[in-house]
Amino acid sequence: MFLAMRELWFARSRFGLMGGVIALIAVLMVLLSGLSSGLVEDGVSGLKQLPVDGFAFEEETEIGSSFSRSRVDEEQLQEWRDQPEVAEAALFGNLLVNARSDNDVPIDLALFGVEEGSFLEPAVHEGEGLGRQDGLVVSQSAVEAGIAVGDVLTVDRLGAELKVVGALENQHTYGHVDVAYLPLKTWQEIYAGVSTGQEADPAVYTEATAVALLAEPGEEIDHSAGDSAAGTMSLPLEGTFAASPGYSAETSTLDLIKAFLYAISALVVGAFFTVWTIQRKHELAVLRAMGASTGYLVRDGLGQALVILVVSCAIGLGVGMGTGSLITGSGVPFLLEGAAVATAVVLLIVLGLLGAMAAIIRVSSIDPLTALGGQR
Amino acid sequence: MTITAASNTEPIHEGDRGLLLEGVTLRLGDGDTTVTALDEVSIAVRPGELVAVVGPSGAGKSSLLAVAGALTVPDSGTVRADGRDITGLSKRARARFRREHIGFVFQSGNLLGALTATDQLRMMTHLGRGGTQQDVQRLLEEVGMGDKANRRPHQLSGGERQRVGIARALMGRPAVLLVDEPTAALDRARSHEIVRLLAQETKRSDVATMMVTHDHDVLEYCDRTVRMTDGRLSE
Repeated sequence: MFLAMRELWFARSRFGLMGGVIALIAVLMVLLSGLSSGLVEDGVSGLKQLPVDGFAFEEETEIGSSFSRSRVDEEQLQEWRDQPEVAEAALFGNLLVNARSDNDVPIDLALFGVEEGSFLEPAVHEGEGLGRQDGLVVSQSAVEAGIAVGDVLTVDRLGAELKVVGALENQHTYGHVDVAYLPLKTWQEIYAGVSTGQEADPAVYTEATAVALLAEPGEEIDHSAGDSAAGTMSLPLEGTFAASPGYSAETSTLDLIKAFLYAISALVVGAFFTVWTIQRKHELAVLRAMGASTGYLVRDGLGQALVILVVSCAIGLGVGMGTGSLITGSGVPFLLEGAAVATAVVLLIVLGLLGAMAAIIRVSSIDPLTALGGQR
Repeated sequence: MTITAASNTEPIHEGDRGLLLEGVTLRLGDGDTTVTALDEVSIAVRPGELVAVVGPSGAGKSSLLAVAGALTVPDSGTVRADGRDITGLSKRARARFRREHIGFVFQSGNLLGALTATDQLRMMTHLGRGGTQQDVQRLLEEVGMGDKANRRPHQLSGGERQRVGIARALMGRPAVLLVDEPTAALDRARSHEIVRLLAQETKRSDVATMMVTHDHDVLEYCDRTVRMTDGRLSE
């Protein structure tokens, strides 16, 4: 690193330009990572926080529309309950509705219908839990949006009136919409489009969107066995995230942008070190004539690349985290997750090193003979 | 084995320090376009001796340096430097040999642009050529660069760069010093200074120095001059 560090200082403006590009890419990576985590959180945080290992949907449901199209009944629930590795199984209803509070606050809700007393019932942070038939327990994010405990929400078109009895501690969202828990029976009525006060067809009260599954501690759900017994299509919890509206489109778009940024940063570093190595070809030939080993020159070059990458990424990380903390809480779905940000930065450094490696490996083909002037 | 190379008066013995080339032939190119760059060349340079190799362009002077400096492997003949046969060595072993036994002085110095004069010499220690911080100071003083030790190449004149190049080549006490057209980029007065310095350092360091040059003006400082024509060597 003797030569590498002195070259970094000597050619600081050139290295600075390249480092600036890497730093900006790192800023962008941090922001994208935050946006990506934020969108995921906005899309599926309601699902993530369920004490569930998997869901069983109606057979032949497409994953993308499983929560909106699937319909299961109590027989299928019973089959799943009989599976030996399944500790708990319960009907779960999921329905997106538009509603309006009595203060005239419009709000979109993901209604999660769960049976009172089942393992799906949420822990309430404020107010009361599920109890009364028209009682709603809403996500903290709905409270932030202007819904308070005690408000009465009217579901558009149906006219069903629901009273907010409690609020959850954290953000629970599904498909960028606030989650509201309600008793399964009420959910079934809303799902069937039954007006308030009317008694519905008994068949209505046997159906829900999916069977929520919880495995015995230390065991995994045997999806194929359960599916063939119950005639369902079951997925582990993570597999159901793709069913959240827009989830796949958002994550794949952001992942594509990230993949391009990784490739760009590797190419920028590779291109820089290619030009740098070619520029120093004569100096490298002189060093080789004086007996420098290929290993020494490669180590020196990679060390140089590592220093510039780590410094640039650290600056980019700092700026990105600073900008990110300004964005957080501004309404944009943004969440800085340590692990995701660290992965992005480490990947930038590793790919940058690979780019540099591809360029620096050229030193092995530099002929020390070219150090002699006059060329034979 | 005792041989007398290039009608040298004193014989050189196997195992001696210094440089010895025996019947070295080097062909360049391939197939039909082969050129014999070195044709049965034999030469001996003893420690403390400065030998000049003169001749027209394309006569094979640089090939001679390349073979003597273990940069190129000859097609036949043997090359001994510092008492060791270097003809059979692998690429890696030749790099190591250059590091440990051979010093190069290039045209116009060929210093590393990012390094000060001091660091040019310290770099040699980092490459594994040996030498201490005391050697760095001593050598820079010897070549008259003690007061410009912290300057980078772009802050030095051509002659000063060449002085640093000479000091650099002597780091780690090489047995053989190979000098490639040291005065190519210098004016007359500077050329005399540099070759005089090379002659001094050759004596002081007891190194076997072979210098390739076009410059007939500076031959007065050399112990011996050999002429290269079409790959052959003559006194």
